[in-house]
Amino acid sequence: MINYAINNLVLPKKINFINSRITDKVSHFLFFLNGMIVIGVLVGIFILLVFSAIPAFKEIKILEFLFGLEWNPTSYVEEKFGIVPMLVSTFMVTLGSLCIAVPIGIGTAAYLSDVANGRTREFVKPIVEMLAAIPSVVIGFLGIVLVGPFIAKIFNVPNGLNAVNGSILLAVMALPTIISISEDALISVPKAYEQASLALGATKWQTVIQVKVPAALSGIIAACMLGMGRAIGETMTVLMATGCAPAMPKSFLGPVSTLTSTIAIELGEVAYNTKHYYALFAIGLVLFFITFLINLVSEIVLHKYEQVHR
Amino acid sequence: MLHDQVILLKKVKKSQKEGMKMKKIKSTLLIMLFISMTSISNAQDMIQIKGSDTLINLVQKLAEVYMQENPGKYISVSGGGSGTGVAGLINSKCDIADASRLMKDKEIKQAQALGVEPKRVVIAIDGLSIISNKNNPVKELTVDQVGKIFRGEVKNWNEIGGLNKPITLYGRQSNSGTFDFMVSEILKGDHASTMNRMNGNSQIVEAIEQDSSGIGYVGVGYAKEATGITVIRIATKAGGKYVSPLVFENVITGEYPISRPLNQYVNGAPKKNVRDFIDFELGIKGQQIVEEMGFFPIPQEYKDFNKQSLGN
Repeated sequence: MINYAINNLVLPKKINFINSRITDKVSHFLFFLNGMIVIGVLVGIFILLVFSAIPAFKEIKILEFLFGLEWNPTSYVEEKFGIVPMLVSTFMVTLGSLCIAVPIGIGTAAYLSDVANGRTREFVKPIVEMLAAIPSVVIGFLGIVLVGPFIAKIFNVPNGLNAVNGSILLAVMALPTIISISEDALISVPKAYEQASLALGATKWQTVIQVKVPAALSGIIAACMLGMGRAIGETMTVLMATGCAPAMPKSFLGPVSTLTSTIAIELGEVAYNTKHYYALFAIGLVLFFITFLINLVSEIVLHKYEQVHR
Repeated sequence: MLHDQVILLKKVKKSQKEGMKMKKIKSTLLIMLFISMTSISNAQDMIQIKGSDTLINLVQKLAEVYMQENPGKYISVSGGGSGTGVAGLINSKCDIADASRLMKDKEIKQAQALGVEPKRVVIAIDGLSIISNKNNPVKELTVDQVGKIFRGEVKNWNEIGGLNKPITLYGRQSNSGTFDFMVSEILKGDHASTMNRMNGNSQIVEAIEQDSSGIGYVGVGYAKEATGITVIRIATKAGGKYVSPLVFENVITGEYPISRPLNQYVNGAPKKNVRDFIDFELGIKGQQIVEEMGFFPIPQEYKDFNKQSLGN
């Protein structure tokens, strides 16, 4: 009787044990597979980009591509494949957007982490995150019908399809990233810093600006760089709002054509498997390297900052 | 297959007497069956059309009416540009490619290398209208002036009898069919590199409504509906008669100089269902729709061309 009872008790436990070992292994394998899929997709995209871009350089000199000042792939007279105007445009729009988004972003983050009371924060934070959910087409549309005419009026230019417009819109799109990561960085500054600063007689303002922001600086820098990555890679918005003239940009109030918008606007109609088609993939490769570099640097900075605080 | 459906329906009816759970499961199964069946039958004889953004609204309308008149026939129409359509035809990803330009020699060679024999059919004529803001006093231009403006040689409206205002150019992206047409037929040279490249006709109209210094080109269909713009009257040469593309006869007779054929490409002699649809497009009803959508019906010379191309 007792034996029977023990057997009955033990047996299911044994099975459970074996079962859990199997599930453990299976789930381990599944998660491993998931990770591998992500890596596989990334590597796949990279390989595809490289192989589609290589044929371009059979016909275009690589130096001419990287340092050429003119992009005119379907010319009536002479085809030109230089991406410098696009690099400059991308740089201008990104710089402009950071000039707008960084101060506002850090300010909002500091407000949320140190000034706002709990209730306000509960209210504001989801709204900031909602900003990230607005489709880029919608923001681009706002750029055409709202921001564009506004810029035209203020700066007294004939139209608002220019780098300023693109910068403003991209700033809006980079804000959620910058705000939420900066806020995390500010919040995870040890309480002791703040208390020590206040105990020494510093005001709240001084504490935030001179103690907390410097302490969270690497996190904030990483936030800004991730925001920058967003701005560089954004396509639809700049395509709609910046005019996309391929000429070398002369001012922030003139039209610009970024790497992304050139690819997007030309790929749809390009003759298949031609020099121009491959050249667009080559631009994609350049863009890939730029965003990869930015993300890598921001990851390193972010990682460093995590180590400092642990 | 229909038989199976009826049986399932009967079964569902029976199951109404049974428990609610059963009913739910069975009806979901039935819905799934329906979906899978329709998608299978779609895939079998659905006509895939891909290509030019200038043509997409027209072809969609043609397909809609055709499907209404011929229940059981399915046509899917998508845009993406003339290049996308042609690439689709070359790779046998679509049955008909819409193209607002001609296929390039390179593309034809590629197609032939893959065993595709592109045949061109002209389904409509498009008058390209030159538009400016409605507050701009310049309402008439010659073809030569249009060329100078878009090549960037004329930079201020006062050089062509307008106000002292720099000209802002709006055009399409390079290698759009419309862009191609302007380059090879009107400009005979390159667009000014300062021209804004807009992603589609309606964006050009939108921009010019707001920009009093702007000039651009769009399909007549897009210009007809818009309110804040002037459709500029064009003369073939200085001293000639300035005519508007909004008047039907001007484009048909060729008196309005900036017009072009809109094409579809098919692979060799098309299959019956594809041929059927093309015959519909070229027929009286189809050409009526062409007119309703703001394009122009094809003249006799293209009718003859189509017959030759499709080989009756």
